[in-house]
Amino acid sequence: MKQFAKLFTALDQTTKTNAKVEALAQFFRESEHDQDKLWTVAILSHRRPKRTVNTTLLRHWASEEGSIPLWLFEESYHVVGDLAETIALTLPPDFEEQDQSLTYWIDFIKSLGKLEEEEKREKVKWAWRQLNYAERFIFNKLITGGFRVGVSQKLMVRALAQYTGIEENTLAHRLMGDWTPDDTTFHDLILSSDPMEDLSKPYPFYLAYALDEGPEDLGAPEEWQAERKWDGIRGQLIVRGDELFVWSRGEELVTDKFPEYAVLAEKLPNGTVLDGEILPFKDGRPLSFNLLQTRIGRKNITKNILKKAPVILMAYDLLEWEGQDIRQKPMEERRKLLEYAVAQCNEEVLMLSERLQFDNWEALAEERDKSREYDSEGIMLKRKDSPYRSGRKRGDWWKWKIDPMMIDAVMIYAQRGHGRRANLYTDFTFAVWDGDLLVPFTKAYSGLTDKEFREITAWVRKHTVERFGPVRSVTPHHVFEIAFEGIRASNRHKSGVALRFPRINRWRKDKPKEEANTLADLKAFLNA
Amino acid sequence: MSLLEFRKEGIYCPQADVYIDPWRPVKRALITHGHADHSRWGHQYYLCTTSAMPVIRYRLGDINVETIDYGEKKSIHGVQFSFHPAGHILGSAQIRIEYKGEVWVVSGDYKIEDDGFAEAYEPVQCHSFITECTFGLPIYKWKPQQEVFDDINSWWQKNKEEGKVSVLSGYSLGKAQRIIQHLDTSIGQIYTHGAVENVNEVIRSQGVKLQDTIRVHQGLNKKDYIGNMVICPPSAMGSAWIKKFKSASLGVASGWMMLRGARRRRAADRGFVLSDHVDWEGLNTAIEASGAERIFVTHGYTDIFRRWLAEEGYDAQIVETEYEGELTEMSDKTDSNEEE
Ligand SMILES: [Zn+2]
Repeated sequence: MKQFAKLFTALDQTTKTNAKVEALAQFFRESEHDQDKLWTVAILSHRRPKRTVNTTLLRHWASEEGSIPLWLFEESYHVVGDLAETIALTLPPDFEEQDQSLTYWIDFIKSLGKLEEEEKREKVKWAWRQLNYAERFIFNKLITGGFRVGVSQKLMVRALAQYTGIEENTLAHRLMGDWTPDDTTFHDLILSSDPMEDLSKPYPFYLAYALDEGPEDLGAPEEWQAERKWDGIRGQLIVRGDELFVWSRGEELVTDKFPEYAVLAEKLPNGTVLDGEILPFKDGRPLSFNLLQTRIGRKNITKNILKKAPVILMAYDLLEWEGQDIRQKPMEERRKLLEYAVAQCNEEVLMLSERLQFDNWEALAEERDKSREYDSEGIMLKRKDSPYRSGRKRGDWWKWKIDPMMIDAVMIYAQRGHGRRANLYTDFTFAVWDGDLLVPFTKAYSGLTDKEFREITAWVRKHTVERFGPVRSVTPHHVFEIAFEGIRASNRHKSGVALRFPRINRWRKDKPKEEANTLADLKAFLNA
Repeated sequence: MSLLEFRKEGIYCPQADVYIDPWRPVKRALITHGHADHSRWGHQYYLCTTSAMPVIRYRLGDINVETIDYGEKKSIHGVQFSFHPAGHILGSAQIRIEYKGEVWVVSGDYKIEDDGFAEAYEPVQCHSFITECTFGLPIYKWKPQQEVFDDINSWWQKNKEEGKVSVLSGYSLGKAQRIIQHLDTSIGQIYTHGAVENVNEVIRSQGVKLQDTIRVHQGLNKKDYIGNMVICPPSAMGSAWIKKFKSASLGVASGWMMLRGARRRRAADRGFVLSDHVDWEGLNTAIEASGAERIFVTHGYTDIFRRWLAEEGYDAQIVETEYEGELTEMSDKTDSNEEE
């Protein structure tokens, strides 16, 4: 546990990728227990021990052990925003030294499952008394199940590659699938080779730059291919050796997360690699990106999830065909092959990203203005004679995003922030006019400077009408410009609409509240 | 008539006709310490401790200020005033007010631990105690400062070995000097941002010993900083100024660094938990040591801390003030009149 705690502290203390990889590699080198290494790999790839104690009990025991009333523990939790951390902070600082392995503590947590509540309580309190602050925090994280360390699977794989001398793609392959440290060993999982691993190897993604001005400077429109920009997860779908592999842009293998694609293993010929967008899609329309995100976060993909957020692959490009790497062929040639491949496959789950017809840039601008009708984020421009490059290289691929929608709204509720900002009001609820009434329609927080937050906080304190816990209603007075990316009708909201990515764009000190927008103005965006 | 009242201008003693740390301009102001939210501009008369005066005068310019030593008594219209060390920053005081046997203490900002630089906090007995609660939650528990300085010095040593500059932020008045005093100068030189060095100069000229520091200036070369320490105010961290230093490791010293979320939100490499305010234990210790039955909480987690005190059997009330604790100190208003 000491070595893992040291690793965790090192990872937590840096934002730099290289330092994280170095800390991990050092841990792998120094750790004396192979099983601890395996558990570390498991934890960093979101494989956690089953939850054996519910969090309500943990909160009670922590408040007992910390000698504070439960309400004070809960208030502290509200400020900290993380249960494992709140417990570690409120427990008495004294502890008895121990030097058990990470695996020991994980087994300890697993053994709690079959105990009576009273025994669990004694055991958990005993554990807290053995551990120092960092170890307690980790213990609590393991017991509550949510371990966010700020290390992607990719970084972990890079460190493991440094330590073992095995190639990264190979390791990524070895780590995929349904394993837990209970049914394998570090040696069997990581160090032994698997004949399938070369088959899964993806190509590096080519990434587009954002076009800040219009496309006029790109030259002749006929040299360009335009498609809609879809808001999903960029992915690479590989069929080789009758096997299917799906990689996300983060270069993580996500095959298991998208069982919908399984059918393509048979329908696409071996030696096919597609670049496309993993897009939640139903009844002929893309669904909200949030649905996809909740899906990614789940360990098990249930029937219900598959029904609520089914995905398709919106194919953009073809990188390998009949076992040949065709990335150096011009876009136009690859496109023809892609159209052929998608047509031959003839499966609903594989769609072709349509090309837009335009004779001049004005016509394309008009298409861009229609982006919201298609639930798209704007336009992608790709040079017709360009190869498929690696990484982000300027010149051949551009994304031309739509401008956000804006509305002027009146602030009516304010809520305290967390942590350093816990004394500031940082979360606000905004309303628009419906006759004489102000109808709340969204919450928004980011977008103000620290100075503006202090200014608005001082104002909120002086103009509070009512308090509800951490929330205050305030005299309607200040107008803010709210930017958002999308809007849809919603019965669950009083205003009848729900926004996507709402944020504060600026504080409209120049506008009296009477001049804020109306609900009718807001609803007009629904048909825009 | 209450001995102290809470008015829109600030905390007021009607019998003596004086304010304590008022936030609007008044005729006579008694000042606990030199931070911007406690010593404001525009009063016709200031009274503060002898050691707090130079910085206050430096910040506020040509003001009409009288000084008083710790423990010395001053009578105004029959009310006895005295100033007692608050341990917050150099010259900081708790102000004791006594009239006809009734005693109040306005503690300003304070901390219990002796930091080896500010005059060490002394408990003062009273009936009514006015206290901050910037860190009035049981999650805020400071480690002994030596452990924190050991961490800072080993971070510096490690950066030096990696050929990096160490840049550490702490507000210019108080935190910066406390850090400078505890740095291990066998590792390297200490450079300072102008805002910090200006305060250093004021403090040295009043005869206080402070480790040697060098002001960052145009004439220095990028490589002069390598392996050395630079102390700057928090506002400099996000500015163009920081670009002077090639390959720097950035640190922040603040009580807010207690929380992982706060550490991660700041674009710094390291967060050191170091505060000049009392932590949870310190608050409870100070309140108990004051012997007071009536407690007024001014700034910080007031709602929560008041409820805690009420449950502990105190007559506890919230006073809405315009003090901001470490928030103001983070924004560091002392920078405004500096070059750099
Ligand atoms: Zn202060």
